[in-house]
Amino acid sequence: MTVHVYDSRTAEIKPPVTSVGVLGWIRKNLFDGWFNSVLTVLVLALLVKMVPPFVRWALLDSHWLPSGSGCQDAQGACWSIVTANLRFIIFGFYPHDLQWRPLLAMIILVALLFYSRNRKHWRYALGWSWLAGLAVMGLLLRGGFFGMAVVESTQWGGLPLTLLLAVFGLTGAYPLGVLLALGRASRMRAVKTLCILYIEMIRGVPLISLLFMSSVVFPLFLPEGVTVNKILRAQAAIILFTAAYIAEVVRGGLQAIARGQYEAAESLGLNYYQTMRLIVLPQALKIVIPPSVSILISAFKDTSLVVIIALYDLLKTTKSVLADPRWMGFSAEAYIFLALIYFCCCYFMSNYSRRLERELDTGL
Amino acid sequence: MRRLSAGLAMVAMLVLIGSASAGTLDDVKAKGFIQVGVNGELFGFGKPDEKGVWRGLDVDTARAIAAAVFGDAEKVKYTPLTAVTRFTALQSGEVDVLCRNATRILTRETSLGLNFAQVNYYDGQGFLVPKSLGVKSAKELNGAAVCVLPGTTTELNVADYFRSTGMQMKPVVIENTSELAKAFFAGRCDCLTSDVSQLAGTRAVAPNPDDYVILPEVISKEPLAPAVRHGDDQWYDIVNFSVLAMIEAEELGITSQNVDEMLKSADPKVQRFLGVSPGNGKSLGLDEKYAYHVVKLVGNYGEVFERNVGKDTPLKMDRGLNALWTNGGLMYSPPFK
Repeated sequence: MTVHVYDSRTAEIKPPVTSVGVLGWIRKNLFDGWFNSVLTVLVLALLVKMVPPFVRWALLDSHWLPSGSGCQDAQGACWSIVTANLRFIIFGFYPHDLQWRPLLAMIILVALLFYSRNRKHWRYALGWSWLAGLAVMGLLLRGGFFGMAVVESTQWGGLPLTLLLAVFGLTGAYPLGVLLALGRASRMRAVKTLCILYIEMIRGVPLISLLFMSSVVFPLFLPEGVTVNKILRAQAAIILFTAAYIAEVVRGGLQAIARGQYEAAESLGLNYYQTMRLIVLPQALKIVIPPSVSILISAFKDTSLVVIIALYDLLKTTKSVLADPRWMGFSAEAYIFLALIYFCCCYFMSNYSRRLERELDTGL
Repeated sequence: MRRLSAGLAMVAMLVLIGSASAGTLDDVKAKGFIQVGVNGELFGFGKPDEKGVWRGLDVDTARAIAAAVFGDAEKVKYTPLTAVTRFTALQSGEVDVLCRNATRILTRETSLGLNFAQVNYYDGQGFLVPKSLGVKSAKELNGAAVCVLPGTTTELNVADYFRSTGMQMKPVVIENTSELAKAFFAGRCDCLTSDVSQLAGTRAVAPNPDDYVILPEVISKEPLAPAVRHGDDQWYDIVNFSVLAMIEAEELGITSQNVDEMLKSADPKVQRFLGVSPGNGKSLGLDEKYAYHVVKLVGNYGEVFERNVGKDTPLKMDRGLNALWTNGGLMYSPPFK
């Protein structure tokens, strides 16, 4: 009986409906005080005003047929510009019948990227498969074996070119940046001065001017008739530029490593390379994951600056389509499509970096 | 310091090798194709279509040169160039000839060291106005809001024009061609000024093209011509006479359709032109039938004009200044003999 009495006396009183469940959540998160309430109402009003017209424009009233018929008098979006010109936007000048080759190359790249996401797969074999994959991609794009027609790099364009510039730009820039950072932290006066000079000179100019230098000034120094591939020139400019920024970020990581770590390594009898490779760099590079990823993301987006030297990357192929009188008025649709592609790539990178940080987290 | 000395070494190399290059014709023949600088974003002149195939008046000019040199109009590789990079690309030898709607002006011939060949399109700056404005002449545009692209000679030309005619204008400057057109159609300005060929393209994208009209006044001279480097007269002659061959063919009434019949013509002018009676080809260092190839594979100037910018294209251009001299235009070829 005593148990029963105890129970009835302390029977739980349920909280009011307004503080639990959906209502409770709404009240706690959206209408918590007058300031938040006003904000919520304002945002809601804005959404009500903007979302339905956008949906109507983008989906309900839109045109999708590649013929583009009806686009001129349509009230909604004309996605026909994308569907009609998709292959040119994605592949540029790559010969129409051979476009399965860059497509296959991109699929290999994406597959490798996804496979590498899992750290359990990080073995030597993965390194070799990357090398093999990149070689196969290059051969696929270029052709010239197994009876496949040669497609010169001047005809590469669109998304494959953007990815090419980005992947090689980033993989080239990162090691160079680390070397520059080590050089800048070096005790050797000459090395240090050269590295500082390089970093400050490159950081002191915008990427556009470097691209211009590589495409307008550099050829004038070469003897007439001798030309360096335009893509290679742009690629070099992107690598040199990104490396300078990576260098400064990595230097920050190096400075965050406690003096004691260096001393401990020295007392163990490790030489400079062993110290750096085994003790300092693994810790330093882990610390600088967030800033270096943000540099890599911005470098990826910066590859679109090659439009100004008339390389047909994704942005340039789109702009070229927009120059056609039939499609001139539909820039918004084309740019939204581009933005989606760029967003997917950048989101992949930032998502991956967060995952990497979580997995490498040692509480340091 | 490292960069400076590398730069100096390159300059030294440039000085040493500068004079040692062979003729462009030999280079081109050895390569097996002509590298041509084109626009890439100008509909009707040089722009790839949905399949990435190059089309346009400048592109056909390049194809005519290839037809003359190789007897094959497809032996061309295109380098899209921006307004900034185009002349450097030509100077540095990255391209063999520039067919990129470049206006022939004195300083480009002299200080940039270029030679412009026969003009392949006479352009000029004009005005596009809505019919509802009720304006018949540019002289009635006093006080108008004028939509114009920034940083081009267009902006200067229109300011000069309004000042010289004692009129007032309100410039509405918008960076991007397609945004500029949108602003104009939305009524943000009374008139749009640009090269006439571009105005035609803009009018073509209007919600209702018939509501707009291009005014008759042309306020600047823009003779667009292919260009080559100074100092290679043989190559210059080849480029020049490839363009002229298209004009001469139209004067002689030869088209890509009837050119084979014309081979049997008794007219000595036609015989000389098509290489039936030899002489012209050899003196240019080309095949005797080079002009035949140009007409057969590319067409005469009239055909090329109609195909790219004429009545049946979205641009709907009149021949105007680009008609033959016999029809009141400026296209005039010296005799082929």
